[in-house]
Parts: sequence; structure tokens; C-alpha cells
Amino acid sequence: MLRILKSLSRKMLSSFFGRKEEIRIGFYGPPNAGKTSLANRICKDWTGAEIGQVSKVPHETRHVQFKEKVEINYKGKTLTFKIVDTPGIATKIDYEDFLHFGVKKGAAKKRAKEATQGIIESIQWLEDMEAVVVVLDASENPYSQVNITIIGNLVARKIPLLLVANKIDLKKAEIKKVQAAFPEYPVVGISAKEGLHMDEFYEALFALAKKV
Amino acid sequence: MKKNTLKGLSLQVIPFSEIENLSISERVKKLLTLVVAQKIVIIQGRLRPEEEARLIEDTMAMVDHIKNFKGMELAVIEPDMKDKDLWTKVRYGIAKRLVGESSALTIIGPCSLVREIKRDPKKIELLLTN
Repeated sequence: MLRILKSLSRKMLSSFFGRKEEIRIGFYGPPNAGKTSLANRICKDWTGAEIGQVSKVPHETRHVQFKEKVEINYKGKTLTFKIVDTPGIATKIDYEDFLHFGVKKGAAKKRAKEATQGIIESIQWLEDMEAVVVVLDASENPYSQVNITIIGNLVARKIPLLLVANKIDLKKAEIKKVQAAFPEYPVVGISAKEGLHMDEFYEALFALAKKV
Repeated sequence: MKKNTLKGLSLQVIPFSEIENLSISERVKKLLTLVVAQKIVIIQGRLRPEEEARLIEDTMAMVDHIKNFKGMELAVIEPDMKDKDLWTKVRYGIAKRLVGESSALTIIGPCSLVREIKRDPKKIELLLTN
């Protein structure tokens, strides 16, 4: 309730004082889709510093992390963003899954506990976003209920969204499958790790910002 | 409510009418109680997006507090309207607004029983753990 009131008062203040100082943009998606890799790529491109650590072990990001005043220039236009990188959303957490990545039992249990809290945090932060970039792994089946739930919640809250089909450098990647799964939304295929098609991403990001 | 038991595998079929008048909290609590009790729940209809999000939130809170509960698998299958003519889409849209999404099916199962629910637009495949 408090969060809704805070968000409402912020919206009223920004409309009263005219142009927004910065746009709060959330990076959402399932675990290991490359949300932090993309946030890092953007932050490094425009501020010189990364936002968080990345890892092959799922649920590396277990707390919401921010980078404020990220000023992006694209084709002569400038926009300032607050980048909000969120923990991956999942419906199950099993500490034993982390053991396969060589994580010790104690650390795996701690990671699982933090990951459950991170998922709750991610969902609660949805309300505060002005626009969202949904990052999906283009080499995975896009018809997962988590993806559908995230997108459904954004639509229900009238939050503009952009779909990013990440990891297009992988052989198994299929952007068309992502487009076919969500034909109503713009999809940009990129590789955050390799920096592929970032121009197209920034163009889509500016188009997304216009909808805020 | 119909209940079928097959060698330890319990399926619980819930008509939408049974949960339609419940609040979000009551609805999610009812579903999670069944999932924690190792039942695979099949709901006629679908939850609203905010209810699905709440279901994930409460599931995570339970993973933290209930020993050996590691979460759930969730999937919704809806009629494919992509290639239907405009009139069919309009009729479906009106029906959806009037009586809710009763033509959809929602499947929720504990991940200790349901390893994966493979979903593509036309079918749902339930992969159970050994």
C-alpha cells in the first residue's frame, strides 16, 4: 500500500514539474537470461562502471541493484535512466541445482535462501517501474509461464515493455521463436556478452522511453 | 470437486466457480495448500496476472519456511486464437469479459512431483519425477 502511494505521489510530482529527470527502467526475466550482462553493457558503455557480477551459476543477482543517472546519447538525443537490475524470477528453487556448478552445500543453501527473497523483491519492485526491458534467453523455449506471468503483469499495470532476445551468438538461438511467442511486442535480438546489435537495442530503448 | 488417486499421484480438479468468489489471498492460499500437500491441481480457467505473481511470491516465502518444499511448476493453456477469423476473436473476447477465461486450463504441481511442464501454444506436457 505504502509502495503504491509512493509511486502515485512520484508520478503526480513529475507531471506537475514537467519533464522527468530520469526514467526508471527495470530489467526483468528468468534466471540466467543475461539481465545483468545487458545492464553491465549499458552502464559500462555510458558510465564506465558495471552494475553487478555475472556468473554461469543461476541466481547470481539476488538483490535488486541500481545505477542512477545513466545518460545515453543516441543519434543526437539524450535520455537519462535509472537502471534497475532485478533478480531472475522463477517458480522453484532447489539448492541441489547449485551443487552441479561446484558450489559447496552450505553456500548453495545460503544462495537458495537469498534467491527466494530476491524473487519476492523483484515482484514487489514491478510497481515502481516506468518501463521494463524483459530479457529472454533466445536459445531457450520462450513459452515458459514465468515469461508469460511477467509480461501479463506489465500489461495489467500498463507499464511499457521491450522484449530482448539475448544470446543470439549461440547456435541454438532463435529470435523468430521469441517473436512468434509474443507477436504483440517489439523484440530486439542482441548478444549482451558480445555486444552484438546494441545499436538496434538503443533505438528500441529510446522508442520505449517515448511511451513513458 | 473431483479427486482421482492413482498410485500415489493425486490430481485435484477445481472448477473455476469454486474459487471465483475468493479474494486473491484466499485463492492463492487454497492453491498452495494443495500443492504443499503434494497434489497436482488442475483449474478450469486461469488466474489473473497479479494472482500468478502473488502465487510465485507466496511460493517463494513457503520454500523458505517449509522443509523439503522447493517450489512449483505452473502452466496455462488457452485456445489458440491466432488463425481464427475476426468474428470468432470478438465472440471469444466478449465471453472472456463476461464469464472470465473459463476456456483456459491452469496446471500447478509441486516441483518434487512435476519436473517440468513443457508448453507450446497447442499442447502441454507434464514431465513427472521418477
